[in-house]
Amino acid sequence: MNINVTLIAQIIAFVTLLWFVNRVLWNPMNDLLLARQKRIADGLAAADKGKHDLELAEKRAKEHLVEAKSQAAEIMAQAEKRGNEIVEEAKEKARTEGDRLIIAAKAEIEQEANRAKEQLRGKVASIAAAGAGRILGREVDEKTHADLLKDLVGQI
Amino acid sequence: MSGSSSGNETVEYIQHHLTNLCVGDCDPVTHKAAGFWALHLDTVFFSVALGVLMIVVSARLGRNLVTGTPGGFQNFVEMIIDFVSGQVKDTFPGHNPMIAPLALTIFVWVWLMNFMDLIPVDLLPLIASGVLGIEYLKVVPTTDLNTTMAMSLTVFALIIYYNIKVKGVGGYLKMFVFHPFGKFFIPVNIVMSTIEELAKPLSLGLRLFGNLFAGELVFLLIALIGGTMAVGLGALIWFPLQVVLDLGWLIFHLLVITLQAFIFMVLTIVYLAMAHTEDH
Repeated sequence: MNINVTLIAQIIAFVTLLWFVNRVLWNPMNDLLLARQKRIADGLAAADKGKHDLELAEKRAKEHLVEAKSQAAEIMAQAEKRGNEIVEEAKEKARTEGDRLIIAAKAEIEQEANRAKEQLRGKVASIAAAGAGRILGREVDEKTHADLLKDLVGQI
Repeated sequence: MSGSSSGNETVEYIQHHLTNLCVGDCDPVTHKAAGFWALHLDTVFFSVALGVLMIVVSARLGRNLVTGTPGGFQNFVEMIIDFVSGQVKDTFPGHNPMIAPLALTIFVWVWLMNFMDLIPVDLLPLIASGVLGIEYLKVVPTTDLNTTMAMSLTVFALIIYYNIKVKGVGGYLKMFVFHPFGKFFIPVNIVMSTIEELAKPLSLGLRLFGNLFAGELVFLLIALIGGTMAVGLGALIWFPLQVVLDLGWLIFHLLVITLQAFIFMVLTIVYLAMAHTEDH
């Protein structure tokens, strides 16, 4: 067959084309495909991570819920206890206050009674003097018989 | 190609179509290359034009690459690249960034050059002679042995280069001496290995050339059916026959050109893979 200088021309053309294809088509395309591969892999990894995070969050939420429930129960128990305490305290206070009031009232009553007695005592002296004057038919001088009257008042 | 059906004209028609546009050291009568310094201008023109087409299209595509959702053409190119790199990954051991672009270039370029075969055989030569005054034009670069051998010899050079790079000069020569029958048949081994190595570029280049040359020849013969019987009632039979045959061969040939491009690519990968493996 007729092999001639065309062969060399074609070899040069082939090698040049090879260089160009490598530079213009293969490299950018390969980079692109690799970048896409990476992006897809990253996306899948991110999806997996998201799923995992969701699971963790759900678990944590459940834990939080349980904790909150127990805390609420505790708080309620404490509140109840405290309420009871307050009631008890109030009762106690009321009782002591009542007692105090009763004592004070009793004291006042006694005082009043004493005061009345004193008044009565004072009046008893003059009544007694007036009574005695009427009996004796003359005026009994309170001043002259002060000692006697005092003695009498003391006896009442 | 019209007129009488004399055998001479038929031969002339075919020969005319199989003659390259020769410049330089050419025979003035037959227009065939007479010596080494003859250049087939049509072969070089069409192969370079198709190469330039490849580069321009890829450069334009390369500027508008989309990472996310590629459009139609980018998708198509990505498919081809995926296919080629899949072939390389399947056959080629280890990693060599040279192999995949080489395979891609071979596949696409050979396919494009083969595709020229599907353009009606008389169309471009007619335009060339009618408009440009060029008398001889052979449009399919792969029907020129120079093109196929150029590629296979480049691949052969790469085979030798990687053989020596991977195994060293000694290792490569040792392969010639001790392969395939061991150390007691050294002369036989040398002959066998040399033939085996030389058969690689020869079979690679000749296979492609033979297939495309034959395909072109069949197209020419089909074109002759109608051409020889252009006038008269016979045309009513011959013309439809030509159309049907042409269409049939066209569809079949579409498979052939793809297959040939694929075979050239795969064998290149396989030969280079063999060059890269130690235990040959």
